[in-house]
Amino acid sequence: MLLIPCPWCGPRDEAEFHYGGQAHVAYPEDPAALSDEEWARYLFFRDNPKGLFAERWSHTAGCRRWFNAVRDTATNEIHAVYRVGEPRPVIA
Amino acid sequence: MSPRARTTRPPGVDLPDHPDRLWSPAEPKRAYDVVIVGGGGHGLATAYYLAKNHGITDVAVLERGWLAGGNMARNTTIIRSNYLWDESAGIYEHALKLWEGLEEDLGYPLLFSQRGVLNLAHSLQDVRDSVRRVNANRLNGVDAEWLTPEQVKEVCPIVDISPDVRYPVLGGTYQPRAGIAKHDYVAWGFAKAAADLGVDMIEHCEVTGLDVRDGRVTGVQTTRGPIAAGKVALAAAGHSSVVAGYAGVSLPLQSHPLQALVSELLEPVHPTVVMSNAVHVYVSQAHKGELVMGAGIDAANSYRQRGAFHVIERQMSAALELFPVFARAHVLRTWGGVVDVTPDASPIVGLTPVEDLYVNCGWGTGGFKATPGVGWCYAHTVATGEPHPLNAPFSLERFTTGKLVDEHGAAAVAH
Ligand SMILES: Cc1cc2nc3c(=O)[nH]c(=O)nc-3n(C[C@H](O)[C@H](O)[C@H](O)COP(=O)(O)OP(=O)(O)OC[C@H]3O[C@@H](n4cnc5c(N)ncnc54)[C@H](O)[C@@H]3O)c2cc1C
Ligand SMILES: [Zn+2]
Repeated sequence: MLLIPCPWCGPRDEAEFHYGGQAHVAYPEDPAALSDEEWARYLFFRDNPKGLFAERWSHTAGCRRWFNAVRDTATNEIHAVYRVGEPRPVIA
Repeated sequence: MSPRARTTRPPGVDLPDHPDRLWSPAEPKRAYDVVIVGGGGHGLATAYYLAKNHGITDVAVLERGWLAGGNMARNTTIIRSNYLWDESAGIYEHALKLWEGLEEDLGYPLLFSQRGVLNLAHSLQDVRDSVRRVNANRLNGVDAEWLTPEQVKEVCPIVDISPDVRYPVLGGTYQPRAGIAKHDYVAWGFAKAAADLGVDMIEHCEVTGLDVRDGRVTGVQTTRGPIAAGKVALAAAGHSSVVAGYAGVSLPLQSHPLQALVSELLEPVHPTVVMSNAVHVYVSQAHKGELVMGAGIDAANSYRQRGAFHVIERQMSAALELFPVFARAHVLRTWGGVVDVTPDASPIVGLTPVEDLYVNCGWGTGGFKATPGVGWCYAHTVATGEPHPLNAPFSLERFTTGKLVDEHGAAAVAH
């Protein structure tokens, strides 16, 4: 089980959280203007790297707030957590 | 064997011994007509049918670990074809028909056992969906029955059908021709048969790049040097995004850990396979006597072949709810694999934007049952450059056209 450091509550068991998938995916500004190809990209395609991944978590059984994390999907190590709206931290 | 049969012989004594080497490990040549990336069940079956059905034998299967050490070694071997949509019935039923003659075809024992699969319904909506699926299956020539709780109990006497549990059993769908097989033997059978026909099995050879020139793939870079290829067929399961990415092809996949576990060896108590989406568990009993159980994926993306313990805990409490008799069984072993999940819970099998590069992926939690069927169709696709009619609906383009094959109802926890 992951130990996830909620930016507000500190480290808690993964079982307290809900996963939200890739972070920083913006809703298209003008969806009607998109081609089918672009709409498909937005709807169905998410990054799936083996390595650093910026993702969303919600602390559902705690403060109930959403936040972002950068986790290495090859090792599960969490390198950073940050609040929604903040830029993705650069990991050396 | 009848459900209540008891034997004084210890479980497992009737199983064949571990075989000697069934194929000779090959040294990579400098070039092949077809290079298959990934030596799991799908890669091996594809190699076999390329050689057998299409006479293409200048083929290498490149595997970064040992042959069939990925999900092929980790799955819970459930075989069934009772999916909802016509497209799915087409490919899964083709696979099931091949399973029915596969031991003979490969000349190798697979312990294929058509002991049936029960999918339980626990709510009125479950019941409606299940009955609809039974009707859809029958229209497609797939054997399917709707069973009342009492009939469920007849098929599997250890299921608790009392009405006062948290999720009472309201009935279930039953596919008598469904069942299980011995996954390792399936891999070895395909590998041996393909190697006998001239296919090179190359282990400890990781593909680290794809050579693309003028929109066409020309070879692969590997940890054992570059290999030129007329065609490249990807069959890398959980690592499909990584490998396709080497050619700049992005796939609508997310890789997740999926866990399973076995109990200690027990007397035969469980005659069939029972799955329940609502309480989130499925159980069968292996030939040797272990109870084999699994549940759903871990929520977060990961390439680690292990999952979180709370997922196992939840799955065990669900199992006890259905099978109170398991209360004193011990867990012997848990493990995980990395599965490639698509947005519509259906696979992607076909062409890519890069010429001569083919993709087979997205089987997620349920691709073992498809092994012979997809091998057959993927081999056709690679050999002819055109999808087989049975895998044509599972193109990469469907995510752009919107013609999805949504099998979440039949595939959620159910593998
Ligand atoms: C716990 C668990 C339970 C399951 N239960 C069922 C079930 O009951 N019924 C069912 O139908 N399905 C089940 N599945 C799903 C099934 O196992 C998979 O869908 C299926 O095995 C995928 O095809 P494969 O056998 O070719 O995959 P794999 O065996 O994973 O083969 C892919 C191979 O590609 C190799 N590879 C990856 N990257 C590279 C590279 N760069 N270079 C070279 N080689 C590479 C990997 O090492 C691997 O050996 C289960 C899966 C898991 C994990
Ligand atoms: Zn919190």
